[in-house]
Amino acid sequence: MNTLIDWWHRNRRNTRVVWMTFIVVGVLLALLPFAIDAAFGRTWVRIFDFVLLYVMLALGLNIVVGYAGLLDLGYVAFYAVGAYVYALLASAHFDLHLPFWVLLPLGAVIAAGFGVLLGAPTLRLRGDYLAIVTLGFGEIIRIFLNNLDRPYNITNGPQGINLVDPAQLGAFSFSRTQSIGGITFSGAHKYYYLFLALTLLIIFVSIRLERSRIGRAWVAIREDEVAAEAMGINTRNVKLLAFAMGATFGGVSGGLFASFQGFVSPESFGLMDSIMILCMVVLGGMGHVPGVILGALLLTILPEMLRYVGPLQQQWVGRVLVEPADLRMLLFGLALIVVMLLRPAGLLPSTQRRREFKSDNANAPAGTSTTA
Amino acid sequence: MSKFDLFLQQIFNGLVLGSIYALVALGYTMVYGILQLINFAHGEVVMVGALVSLWVSLKLIASGVPGPLVFVLGLTAAVPACMLLGFLIERIAYRPLRRAPRLAPLITAIGVSIVLQALAMMLWGKQYKSVPQLIPAIPLHVGGATISTLQLFIIAVSCVLMAGLLVLINKTPLGRAMRATAQDPTVAGLMGVDINRVISITFIIGSALAAVAGVLVSQNYGIAHYYMGFLLGLKAFTAAVLGGIGNLTGAMLGGVLLGLIESLGAGYIGDLSGGFFGSHYKDVFAFLVLILVLVLRPSGLLGERVGGRA
Repeated sequence: MNTLIDWWHRNRRNTRVVWMTFIVVGVLLALLPFAIDAAFGRTWVRIFDFVLLYVMLALGLNIVVGYAGLLDLGYVAFYAVGAYVYALLASAHFDLHLPFWVLLPLGAVIAAGFGVLLGAPTLRLRGDYLAIVTLGFGEIIRIFLNNLDRPYNITNGPQGINLVDPAQLGAFSFSRTQSIGGITFSGAHKYYYLFLALTLLIIFVSIRLERSRIGRAWVAIREDEVAAEAMGINTRNVKLLAFAMGATFGGVSGGLFASFQGFVSPESFGLMDSIMILCMVVLGGMGHVPGVILGALLLTILPEMLRYVGPLQQQWVGRVLVEPADLRMLLFGLALIVVMLLRPAGLLPSTQRRREFKSDNANAPAGTSTTA
Repeated sequence: MSKFDLFLQQIFNGLVLGSIYALVALGYTMVYGILQLINFAHGEVVMVGALVSLWVSLKLIASGVPGPLVFVLGLTAAVPACMLLGFLIERIAYRPLRRAPRLAPLITAIGVSIVLQALAMMLWGKQYKSVPQLIPAIPLHVGGATISTLQLFIIAVSCVLMAGLLVLINKTPLGRAMRATAQDPTVAGLMGVDINRVISITFIIGSALAAVAGVLVSQNYGIAHYYMGFLLGLKAFTAAVLGGIGNLTGAMLGGVLLGLIESLGAGYIGDLSGGFFGSHYKDVFAFLVLILVLVLRPSGLLGERVGGRA
């Protein structure tokens, strides 16, 4: 992995190498669902759809946690808002069937609105207070989704909303199996390309943001808020922007989730899901796009692999000692602790962070920096 | 029941709930006062306390030991277990990160919390466990409202423990060391206070209180399960913030107030909102209180320090 990164850093100024890399990666990504389909079956194509979905979510949270350094424990609330906006306005529940391309931006805007709503009163708080308030906010959203079925049925309560319309652009439906030019594309394949396109867009936006004036302001606030303010950064607005931006990504992913799954219920938006997304960001490397992508990839695929742990136990021990779902929770928790203790910058930290951590060790003997 | 009796009943329920919140809130506030760290795993310590005592109680009841004695024995098992747990949590997840950026210990705290939940789930299962009634709950009538002996017992135990803690903090050398560490760890260290020891003891005391709270709350509701610590911990934290985090009396006051707010809120929200919201929104109150306090008065009711220190 590291040799690959070093090679890239040596050659990133070479236009021809860069273009070749883009083409090779593009072709690989385009062929990926067919390779997976052939090797592991259709289920795994769907799992890779989820990988892309989680990459988008994790990149959204990365803006808030990674760039701006604001610990948001209720991020899944924005995902929920996006998903419910889509599900309510494109299903038989209210008998509304607004088109996909209207709902996706709408969900994003509404989620961003919620982000501002949550951020405005809370952003002058210190980091750990913010964590608790966002956690509370996430729970409030979930409680409301669960209970807004009476006296007027708005969200259909714990049963959730099913038969949500699939994504459709004009006459082109993403859920139907279709043969184009002699190649058969299943629903999972088509969603893969849809998600891939949006993921690439979000990656592009993330990277551009990171290097923009706003991105640098976010990082400055993360490192030292007082100093950032002294440098003329309007910390409140900039933080609010981080919240809104993260929420936007969450809203988009939520809408995609609803259309892909065809079903939403409050159960999908619990605290554990917020934590899982946080895990992806932390494990991969906070504030570093490739790291976050790696984190999302690992943490989506590993739990799927844990499914095989149950039968394995049956085979070796004779009975299921530990439920795979419980094991998943345990491993997530351990991952958070171990990564923070041993590799606080994540599995794939940004070069800047790596340097920071190195120079910290070299220049700052224990005891010189007692208070943050 | 007349309107007033109903009101009185809500007050009683609120006081019982509030005294439990107060016990848990003390743990948050003590740790926060010294380390400026939210010990996310504290709620899980409460859960472990409840489940350990339940486990011991079930074994003892099977062999025919009388209820109150089982209660005491369950408590004597749960308290040391939680003390050890609190000590280990600090040692493993927080101490190595004391100089790290603020985000780091917060994330390990969440990690510890999840690990404890997962372990409890594996050890004791996912289902709600019914807790045998160990302290007799004889209903006493006050006007038209009732309060049980068990509820009185819960309030009494909490009061005694809180008084004991206040004496410990304000009158003993250990308490002085703790207050000194909370004010300024470096200077306290220079004055000969063993800071690491003080911090460990803080966690141990907080966890002991949490264990008692866990046993009491499981007695009160007759239910224990692996997830019970999460919401309770969150509410207790809210109570600590409401009272002014870092302030012991504040935590007690905040706990009782939050208990009252919740119980009265859940009792009257249906009437106030014309039936649109029901008592199932009860858990929202704690969060609303939390957000309001943080926005309007981040230092809490009795706190002196402003929450916005960077």
